Amino acid sequence: MKGWTHASQGARMSVRRRFSWDQFSAVATLIPSLILLGVFVYGFIVWTGYVSLTNWNSFIPNFSFAGLQNYINVFGTFRFQSDLRNIVVFTALFIIGCLIVGMGLALLIDQRVRAEGLFRSIFIFPMAISFVVTGVIWSWILNPGTGVNLVLKAFGWKTLPSWFLSTTIVPNITLGQIQVGIPLALLAVLIAAVWQMSGFAMAVYLAGLRGISDDIKEAARIDGAGAVRMFWSIILPQLKSTTTTIVIILSAASLKVFGLIYAMTGPGQEFVTDMPSLNMFQTTFQGDQFAQGAAIAIVLLLLLAVFIIPYLISTLRQDSSS
Amino acid sequence: MMALRRINRSLLYVVLIILACLYLVPVYVVAVTSLKANSAISLAEMWNLPSSLSLSSISAAWAQLGPNFMNSFELAVPATLLSALIGALNGYALSKWKFKGTNVIFFLILFGMFIPYQSVLIPLLRVLDMIGLYNTIAGLILVHTVYGIPITTLIFRNFYVAIPDEIIESGKIDGTGYWGIFRHIVLPLSIPGFVVAGIWQFTQVWNNFLFAVALTNPPYQPVTVALVNIAGSQTVQWNVQMASALLVSLPTLIVYIFLGKYFVRGLLAGSVKG
Repeated sequence: MKGWTHASQGARMSVRRRFSWDQFSAVATLIPSLILLGVFVYGFIVWTGYVSLTNWNSFIPNFSFAGLQNYINVFGTFRFQSDLRNIVVFTALFIIGCLIVGMGLALLIDQRVRAEGLFRSIFIFPMAISFVVTGVIWSWILNPGTGVNLVLKAFGWKTLPSWFLSTTIVPNITLGQIQVGIPLALLAVLIAAVWQMSGFAMAVYLAGLRGISDDIKEAARIDGAGAVRMFWSIILPQLKSTTTTIVIILSAASLKVFGLIYAMTGPGQEFVTDMPSLNMFQTTFQGDQFAQGAAIAIVLLLLLAVFIIPYLISTLRQDSSS
Repeated sequence: MMALRRINRSLLYVVLIILACLYLVPVYVVAVTSLKANSAISLAEMWNLPSSLSLSSISAAWAQLGPNFMNSFELAVPATLLSALIGALNGYALSKWKFKGTNVIFFLILFGMFIPYQSVLIPLLRVLDMIGLYNTIAGLILVHTVYGIPITTLIFRNFYVAIPDEIIESGKIDGTGYWGIFRHIVLPLSIPGFVVAGIWQFTQVWNNFLFAVALTNPPYQPVTVALVNIAGSQTVQWNVQMASALLVSLPTLIVYIFLGKYFVRGLLAGSVKG
C-alpha cells in the first residue's frame, strides 16, 4: 500500500515536470515566429515611422530629423488630398456594393436551389484570381472605345459612359485644392472590385444564414411574418455580427487596394483613381522621396489600425470567454 | 398556391442564371479573345465568337510569360509549404497548450495579416539588399513565408480548436510529450488543415503583386508583374494580353475548380472566427 502511494506520487511528480517542460516547448515553438514577425512587422513599422520623420527625400539616404514636415507636405499635395477622397468614396461604395450583392446572392442560394454548388462556385471564383488579372480584363471590358460600350451602342444608347477615363466628379464641391464628390472613374473600378470580392460576402453570409435556427424562423412564420418582414426583423438582426465581420475584412482589403488600380487605371487623369497605396509606391520607388513615401505608408497603416485593432481585440475576447 | 410557388421557383432560377452569366462575362471575353488569331481581330467584333479557333495568341503569350511562370512556381511552392508548416506548429501551441498570454501572442501574430505592406516596404527592401536577397526568388520566398505566418497560424489554430482536447489528454496520460503528441496524434489529423492552408497560401502568393513588383527585376519577376508589363505595353495586341491573363489565372483556377471547398474554408477562416 505504502509502495503504491510512493509510486503514484513519483508518477504524478514526473507528469507535472513533464507538463511544465511541455509548456516550455509550446512557448519555444512560438518564439521563431514571434522573432520573425517582431522584426518584419513591428520592427519595420517602427523603422518606416522613423524614416517618415527624416529628410530622406532623394536617392541618397539622409537621416537628419525633419519633424512632421513630411506629413505636412504630403497632406498639402493635390495628389494626397485626392487619394483621401478616393479611398473614402471607394471603401464606402465597395462595402455597400459587396454587402448588398453578397446578401442578395446568399438569400437566393439559400432557397434550397438545385446545382447550389455550381452557382456558389461561379460567384466565388473571382476570389481565386489575382487583382492584376481582374484589372487587365476589366480595363478591356470597360474600355470606352470597345467593350461594354459596343453593347450599349447596339441597344441604341446615345451618350456612352467613358468609364474609368472619366474625369467628372459628382457633386463636385471645392474643398482645399480638390473637388470633393464621387469621381465617376472610380465606379468603373468598383464594378471590377465588387465582381471580385462579392463572393466573399456571399460565402460568409451563407454560413451565417445556415446558422440561424429554424425555430426562430418558424416562430416568426407562425406569427404571420411575411418574407420582407422576416428579412428585416429576424434575419438581418441575427446576422449583425456576420455583417460586422464582412465590413471589417472588406475595409481592410479596400484600404490596401493596389494591384487592381495599378493594372486597371493607374493614378488616372487628375488623380481621379489614385489611392494612398499607389501614391506611396510611386513616391518612394519611382520618385525616390523615401521619407514622404514612409509618411503616406504610416497614414495608411493608421487608417487600417482604426478598424482592425478594436475588431481583433473584441473577437479574441469573445473567443476566450466562450 | 402551388402554381404561385412554381412561378416563384422558376423566377428564382431565372434570376440566378442571369446573375451567373453576368459573373461569367469576363470569362467569356477572355476566352473568345484569346482564341482569335491576330489577323482576326477587330474592335467592333470583340463580343463575337471566333470564326476559327486559333492558338496563336496563347502561344504568343506563353512565349513572353513562360520564364515568369517558372519563377512563380519556384516561389509559390516553397513559400506555401514553409508557411503552412510554421502555421501548423503555431496553431498547435496556441490551441492545445494554452498559457497565460496566449491571446496576446495570437493578437500580435494576427495583426501582421492586416497591415498594408507599404508600411514595411522600405525597410524590407533595405534588409533584403543587405543580406543579398533583393531581386532573388529566395528573397520573395522568405517574404511570403514570414507574412504568410499570420493567416496559416489562424487557419491551423481554428482547425485544431475543433479537435477534442480529450485526444490530447489521452496522449498526456500515456506519457507522450509535446512533440510526440504533435507527431503521432495531431499531425495525422492535420491533412485537411494543410489542404486549406496550402491552397489559400498558394493562391495568395501566386496572385501577389506588391512584393513582386517592389522586390524583383527581370528576369526574376513572377507572372503577375510580367502580365502588367505585357498589358501596359503599347505594342502588344490585346488578344495576347487576354491570353496572358488567362495563362496567369490558370494554376489558381485549376486548384479552385478541383478543391474549391477547401478554398472557401480558407476564405471563411480569414474572418478570424473558426
